[in-house]
Amino acid sequence: MSDTIVSLPDQATARIPKLNYLSKEKGLLSWLLTGDHKRIAILYLISISFFFFIGGSLAALIRLELLTPQSDLMATDTYNKVFSMHGIVMIFFFLVPSVPATLGNFFIPMMLGAKDLALPKINLLSWYLYMAAGMMGLYTMIAGGVDTGWTFTTPLSTHYVNTHVITTGVAIFIAGFSSIFTGLNFIVTIHKMRAPGMTWFRMPLFIWAHYAASILMVLGTPVLAIAIVLVALERTVGIGVFDPAKGGDPLLFQHLFWFYSHPAVYIMILPGMGVISEVISTFSRKRVFGYTAVAFSSVAIAVFGFFVWAHHMFIMGISNYAVLVFSLLTMLVAVPSAIKIFNWAFTLYKGSITFETPMLYAFGFMGLFTIGGMTGVFLGTSGTDIHLTETYFIVAHFHFVMVGGMLMAFLAGLHFWWPKMTGRMYPEKISQLAALITFIGFNFTFFPQFILGTLGMPRRYASYPPEFQVLNVLSSAGASILGVGYLLPVFYLLWSLKYGAIAGDNPWQATGLEWQTQSPPLTENFTEIPIVDHEAYDYEWLERQKEKEVPSVG
Amino acid sequence: MDHISPVIWQFLVKWMTSFALFPPEASKIAPQMDALYFFIVLVSLIGLTIVVLLVTSFSILYSKRRHPVAVQIEGSTLLEATWTIIPLGLFLMMFVWGALIYFRVYTPPANAMNIYVVGKQWMWKAEHPGGQHEINSLHVPTGQPIQLTLISQDVFHSFSIPAFRVKREAIPGRYTSVWFEATVPGTYHLFCTQYCGTEHSHMIGDVVVLTPDDYKKWLASSTSGMSLAQNGERLFSSLSCTACHNTRPDARGPSLANVYGSTLTLSSGQKVSVDDAYLRDAILNPSQHITQGFAPIMPTYQGQVSEEGVIALVEYIKSLDSDYRVQQTTATTTLLPESEGRPAGAKPAATQGMVKP
Amino acid sequence: MSDSTVIAQSAAADEHHAHPPYQRHHFETIDQQNDATNFAMWLFLLTEIMFFGGLFTAYLIYRNWYYPAFVAASHQLDIFWGGLNTLLLISSSFTMAMGVWCAETRKQSGLVLCLVLTFVLGLGFLGIKSIEYHEKWEKHHIPGLHFSTQSFADPESDTEVFEKYHDKALAPDMAAHTELYFFLYFAMTGMHALHMIIGIAILAFMIVRARAGAYTNGHLAFVENFGLYWHFVDIVWIFLFPLLYLISRH
Repeated sequence: MSDTIVSLPDQATARIPKLNYLSKEKGLLSWLLTGDHKRIAILYLISISFFFFIGGSLAALIRLELLTPQSDLMATDTYNKVFSMHGIVMIFFFLVPSVPATLGNFFIPMMLGAKDLALPKINLLSWYLYMAAGMMGLYTMIAGGVDTGWTFTTPLSTHYVNTHVITTGVAIFIAGFSSIFTGLNFIVTIHKMRAPGMTWFRMPLFIWAHYAASILMVLGTPVLAIAIVLVALERTVGIGVFDPAKGGDPLLFQHLFWFYSHPAVYIMILPGMGVISEVISTFSRKRVFGYTAVAFSSVAIAVFGFFVWAHHMFIMGISNYAVLVFSLLTMLVAVPSAIKIFNWAFTLYKGSITFETPMLYAFGFMGLFTIGGMTGVFLGTSGTDIHLTETYFIVAHFHFVMVGGMLMAFLAGLHFWWPKMTGRMYPEKISQLAALITFIGFNFTFFPQFILGTLGMPRRYASYPPEFQVLNVLSSAGASILGVGYLLPVFYLLWSLKYGAIAGDNPWQATGLEWQTQSPPLTENFTEIPIVDHEAYDYEWLERQKEKEVPSVG
Repeated sequence: MDHISPVIWQFLVKWMTSFALFPPEASKIAPQMDALYFFIVLVSLIGLTIVVLLVTSFSILYSKRRHPVAVQIEGSTLLEATWTIIPLGLFLMMFVWGALIYFRVYTPPANAMNIYVVGKQWMWKAEHPGGQHEINSLHVPTGQPIQLTLISQDVFHSFSIPAFRVKREAIPGRYTSVWFEATVPGTYHLFCTQYCGTEHSHMIGDVVVLTPDDYKKWLASSTSGMSLAQNGERLFSSLSCTACHNTRPDARGPSLANVYGSTLTLSSGQKVSVDDAYLRDAILNPSQHITQGFAPIMPTYQGQVSEEGVIALVEYIKSLDSDYRVQQTTATTTLLPESEGRPAGAKPAATQGMVKP
Repeated sequence: MSDSTVIAQSAAADEHHAHPPYQRHHFETIDQQNDATNFAMWLFLLTEIMFFGGLFTAYLIYRNWYYPAFVAASHQLDIFWGGLNTLLLISSSFTMAMGVWCAETRKQSGLVLCLVLTFVLGLGFLGIKSIEYHEKWEKHHIPGLHFSTQSFADPESDTEVFEKYHDKALAPDMAAHTELYFFLYFAMTGMHALHMIIGIAILAFMIVRARAGAYTNGHLAFVENFGLYWHFVDIVWIFLFPLLYLISRH
């Protein structure tokens, strides 16, 4: 079919290669003690999917409650716990590790031509830390949860609630170290383990994006760790580092918290942007337009991202002049994201475009992230922030960038690399349907929330004035559609493991070193380290490779 | 909004308001902020349209069927410059415009009438200078700049009036302020928008905007009899502040006549201007606010007086326009038998009629 | 192109690249391995700087706001013990560096001796720290545990310290802020001590391994990288000492 670039081997004779990273060793222990970055990536994939559905169930509860203006589904205390846990689970146990720990872990060494990450044992430790944190988080939920909001604002979290703040804080602390070790591993690998000939500017943009995100992980997360330690100490010892009655400053907590949590949003989105670069290039058969600009934009976002944290605090009583500085810097950090969107759009120019599922998700990303990003400008503009902050406008904004952006990018990447990771193709028609359902459901869920926010509906409200009901019902209806869109992949991806078409090495005919190996790959990725003599996204090189191809033996 | 066609403005604001898609504009700053808001909406729409048009048209023109062979293009510095400079320029415009509005919202005019608001879990208490107290509501007149001085008794709260487009955090430990001038009589939502615990979603109320005449009527009918300053005076006496802060030549503390608004030299040599925040700090944290020439013996009243009590004291001190006024208070104090000669810092006795701190 | 093609093409793939037994298989050369692990340690120390940085930020802000309380509270720390601790740590950094040199020059007994000395000096540091902490406990200067501001509101009651510094009495609200100083003191030195304890535990492990001949066989990356960590812990103390002990010393 000329509408697709999919190129599968002859299904009658094709087989999954007998020796691959999945079949190399058998048994639970071989998985739990593995150093293979690919196996660790799969372990992460299973874990984060588990937490995603927990976070999603909590979201379903929120939207159910908000169908009616009164808080009639659950007690307000319970609702407060539900939205707090939704945020904590989704951010720390799903979004932060999603692309880096699954796709990044799996593909960074392969894209660089390396046999593994630099520190495989640290990689495994990262996963164990994540699981420990996750189990602790689960325990907290079962034991009664925490109701401070994911932002743990003091003095509410230190003196005014008696829920499991410290346990949750410790869970996040441990998850933070998981993140730090992942980022550390990536930076060392990218610096020290590129194949011969792979210069910095020959690396795929996926790598650049992860490099930038790793810098943020490594430098930002420790500050969150300290903020949590201080909250825990204040709760136990009670000395008043955040208590104004004892001379402390509750705003200090917010500075420390947002110093991490703003870079955190870039930790979450940058890897997703890396996926989009790969997908758009592959499905337009073209090198990404403005490769250097996109690479530098990733790093610029990381650097600028450290200097804008107080835009979360514009109405908190910080000085007007501080507001000026942070608002200006926020405008600067918005520009590199815009640059990337235009570069991706122009990658399509004079390309040869097909619309397989990963590309559909990528298009969804471009539209929704543009909206999400622009609504960020409303908030970075200090004047309009006064009216819009702390309302549903903020909720809509971050869901557009995180769910419409990041989660779509994750799904794009999952589908794009599924054949490489498993050796099997997912079913195309149903996955395209799921992508469409997700896109429609998403818009119905979150677009009304912009209007709600402009109307003034505050966030974290269990009950609301009746005139907001229509928009809330619309939002909840959309959420049910969105839920279907997210559940479908679980079923058809699992189905594909047994019944999907055999993918072969390079079903998308992509460039990238990971596609020049078998699917699923060998444990050591490459029997010989490749020598790189071509640029990234070099489709002409790919053509020449195909001409040279020796028919496979066995 | 003067530059925009009235028809468009009417559609945007009035029609959307009646369809519950846009909040009413009930303050002077609201249309100004809305103008910026719609500008950003316009820019966003244009930006989104451009992106969607580019993606859609390229997808159609260069689909594999129509354009089977891709043309490798490295990039275009001109295009990069264009889509860097134009967005940056637009964002900087918004930054400047937004900053102007922001400064306007948080810089009260000199003739603003001050209303104190104390937020506590889970209610708002508004205190008018004339002594009227309101819980979860705020009555204000049109045509008069109103400054809200906010503080929290416990955790962070945020005082939000969407119809006025103003919002400000109420923080424990220091005053914050915001001002507005209401323009359209009516009843509007008041929300707490900073998550503050169990009953956060019930910390809501009404802002009632009245014409000036109606407002005067409301003031008259809802007074509790004692203005804030009067309450403050009683508190001042019962906490034995007069033991040191009097007009006697051997007084251990400075006389507070006319101190509000003046520039004071502290014992450290530093000069401070005496505003609400200074007065509050001096009551709760005196050792860092010792006036030059006096010993650092004032005890702290932290824990002994609530934020409302502090507000009353501050209002009282603001009203001290002469030594004679101070002497009036001192004279009243000496009539209370327990207060004579009581050492500074002792807990106030439970005297009848005293405002509960 | 599938891997089987590559295998077919490189018929000489049987030739096993000669590499030392301690080289992990995902590295091409031992140099790459050492390079990577060394870089990783430097990066990790960078995260540690950010971690302590948050505490230093809080310290700087509150010291600025409550200077008199911080001065008075810092007088409760004995400069003798603090100075001795500084000396012990600097010496332990020296012995650690000597240990790395011994590993490089393959002097096994020298390495073991240096590691043991570092271990002992580290323990000495912790011992002195526990003496200091105990003294704080006795004087009720541990925040949250019956903290008493008596030494600050009435300095003359604390004769030992008063004789040295002749501090003036602090007003009650300023005296209350000394609890903040002690909180930061315990948080910062406690976090530091935790890092020391981890380091000492690793040292114990290394001593056992060194005695068995590890690290003097050419594979000394572990010792080198641990040395980096140990020096970092030392440097953190070198910042803590003047900030906490020497506030009023000009």
